[in-house]
Amino acid sequence: MAEELLKLQNIYKNFGNVKVLKDVNIKINKGEVVALIGDNGAGKSTLIKVITGVHSPNSGKVFFKEKEVQIKSVAQSRKMGIEAVYQERALCDQQELYRNIFAGREITNSFGFLDIKKQRKEAEKILRDYIGFTSKAITVDSQVMGLSGGEKQGVAFGRSLYFNSDLIVLDEPTMGLSIQETEKVLNFVKGLKNENKSAIFIDHNIIHVYGAADRFIILDRGEVVGEFNKEDISREELVQKMIQLHESGKIKVED
Amino acid sequence: MNSLLNSYFVKTHKLEISITIIAIVLFLIYFLGAPHVFTRFPIYRAFMQSMPFFGIIAISATFVVTLGEIDLSFPSIVGITSLIFGIIMTSTDGNFFIAFILATSLGMFAGLVNGLLVTKIGIPSIVATIGTLFFWRGLVNVISQGSGIAIVDVADGTWHHMIFVEKLFGKIPMQFIWFIVLTGLMQWVYRYHKFGNHIHFVGDNKASAQMMGINVDNVKIIAFVQLGFFSALAGIFTMYEMLYFWPTQGEGLMLTTLAAVFVGGTSVFGGKGTIFGTFIGVLIIGSLESGIVALGLSGFYVKFINGLMITVAVTVYALIQRRKN
Repeated sequence: MAEELLKLQNIYKNFGNVKVLKDVNIKINKGEVVALIGDNGAGKSTLIKVITGVHSPNSGKVFFKEKEVQIKSVAQSRKMGIEAVYQERALCDQQELYRNIFAGREITNSFGFLDIKKQRKEAEKILRDYIGFTSKAITVDSQVMGLSGGEKQGVAFGRSLYFNSDLIVLDEPTMGLSIQETEKVLNFVKGLKNENKSAIFIDHNIIHVYGAADRFIILDRGEVVGEFNKEDISREELVQKMIQLHESGKIKVED
Repeated sequence: MNSLLNSYFVKTHKLEISITIIAIVLFLIYFLGAPHVFTRFPIYRAFMQSMPFFGIIAISATFVVTLGEIDLSFPSIVGITSLIFGIIMTSTDGNFFIAFILATSLGMFAGLVNGLLVTKIGIPSIVATIGTLFFWRGLVNVISQGSGIAIVDVADGTWHHMIFVEKLFGKIPMQFIWFIVLTGLMQWVYRYHKFGNHIHFVGDNKASAQMMGINVDNVKIIAFVQLGFFSALAGIFTMYEMLYFWPTQGEGLMLTTLAAVFVGGTSVFGGKGTIFGTFIGVLIIGSLESGIVALGLSGFYVKFINGLMITVAVTVYALIQRRKN
C-alpha cells in the first residue's frame, strides 16, 4: 500500500460570489506524479495555490503526511516540504540569480542582514550540481532577464531540489519551451520518482502529461470530474475523455 | 583601461558611475564658470547646510520608488510633524525626548495611513497620497490657524541643537554628517538587508514576489512608514536650523526630493534603484539653484533647468531599460 503524502478533503474556495473550487477531494502518494488537467477556469491554478499557501480554502481539510494542517502562507508550505515551481513567473527579472534563488528565505544573520557570500556560494552549487549549467555567460550574478525560458525553468527546478522538498508543484512547466527544453523538464519530473519525491503538475499538453504522470485528475468548473491511473487508460482514451468533456460538459463513466 | 571597463565592479555599477560623472561635469562647469564662488568654502558650507533637509527624505523615498510606488504626501507630513514638534517643545519647556518621540511617531502613523490605503484598500499610491497631502496640510492650517511657532527660547544653545545643526570644528554642519551616516546606513539596508531585498522583489514583480513567499503588503506598509519617520526627522532638522515653525513648512520639498531620486537613476518602473545615485542626485539638484545664479543666469532659469534635467534623466533611463528588455 502506497504511503499517503497529501490529502485534500472537501475543499471549497470562493472569490467573492464565484465558487472556484467545489468539494474537491484529492490524494497524492509518496513517489507519485499526479497531473491536473482541465480547461481554463477549471480551478487548477487555484487548487495548487491552496496547496502552496498562496490562497486559503474557505472550508475543507488538508492533511500532509497524515496530519491535519492549515497552510496559511507560502513560507509555511515550504517549511513543511512543499515547493512550487511556477512557470517563469517564479523569478524576478531584474534581480540577480543568487537573490532569486533565496528570495523569501534569505540566508541572514540575526539582524536580518543577508549573508551574500554564502548565498552566492550555495547558488553557485545549485547552478552547477543541480541544474548543470556549464555556460560561462550565466553566473550567480546574472540577472534573470537574460535567461531563456528553459534556463529559467531550470533555475526554478534547481531551487526546489536544493531545498529538499517532498512535494513539488509544477504550474505549466513546459509552456513556452523549445522541444529540447521540454524534454529536459519531463525528464526532471520522471527523475523525481526515483528519489521518492512526489509531484503535482498542470499542463495543457496531454501528450506531455501522459508521458510524465502516474495518475490524471480532471477538473471541470471547480469539481473533480474524473480520475484515472495510467495503466487503466491509454493516451488516446484520455484525449477522447477531454474532448467529450469539452463538448458535453461531462465525462461518461464506463463500467 | 579595457580590463578596467570590463571589470565586475564597473559592469554592475554602470548607473552609479554615469551619474557620478554627470555630477563631476556639472561641478566643473560651476568651477570654471564661477571660480570666484566655487573656489571658496562658503558655497560648500551652504550646500552642506541646505541639502540634508530634502536629502534625507530622498534617500528614504528611494525605497518607495523602488517598489514602483510614489508618495506625494511627505511635504505635508513634514508640516504636521514639525508643528507637533514645535508645540510640544514650547509647551514642555524644551523636553526634546517627548517632542522627538511624538513627532516621529506621528510621522510613522501618517506613513502607516498611506501604506494601509495603498495595500488594504487598494488605492493607487499616487491618488492615495494626494489625498493625504491635502489632509495633513489642511490639519496644519486648522491647528496652527496660520501662525508660526518660535522654538528659539527652548532649543537654541541646547545639546540637541548642537548635535542636530551646529558646526563640527566650526565648519561642517552637523546635519550633513547625519545625512552621510544615514545614507550609508540606508544603502546597507537597501542592498544587504532582507527588507531591502524584498523591496526589490516586490517592485520588480509583485505577483512573483508573493509566490516566493514575500509578504507584499507588509513590505509596502513598512516602506511608507519609514518614509513617514524620515519626513518627520527632516522636519525636526529644519526646525533646529530655523528655530521657527511656519505653516507652509515642507511645501517646497516635493520637486527637489523626487527629482533627486529620479535623476539619481532609480527606475520609475520599480525593481531597480540606487541609494548612492540618489545621494549624487541630491548633490546635483541641491546645487542647481546656487550654481545657476553664480554662473550669471537669472533665477528664472532654475526651475527650467531643473525640469530639463529630470525629463532628460528619466527619458534616458527609460530608454536604457527598454533596450535591456
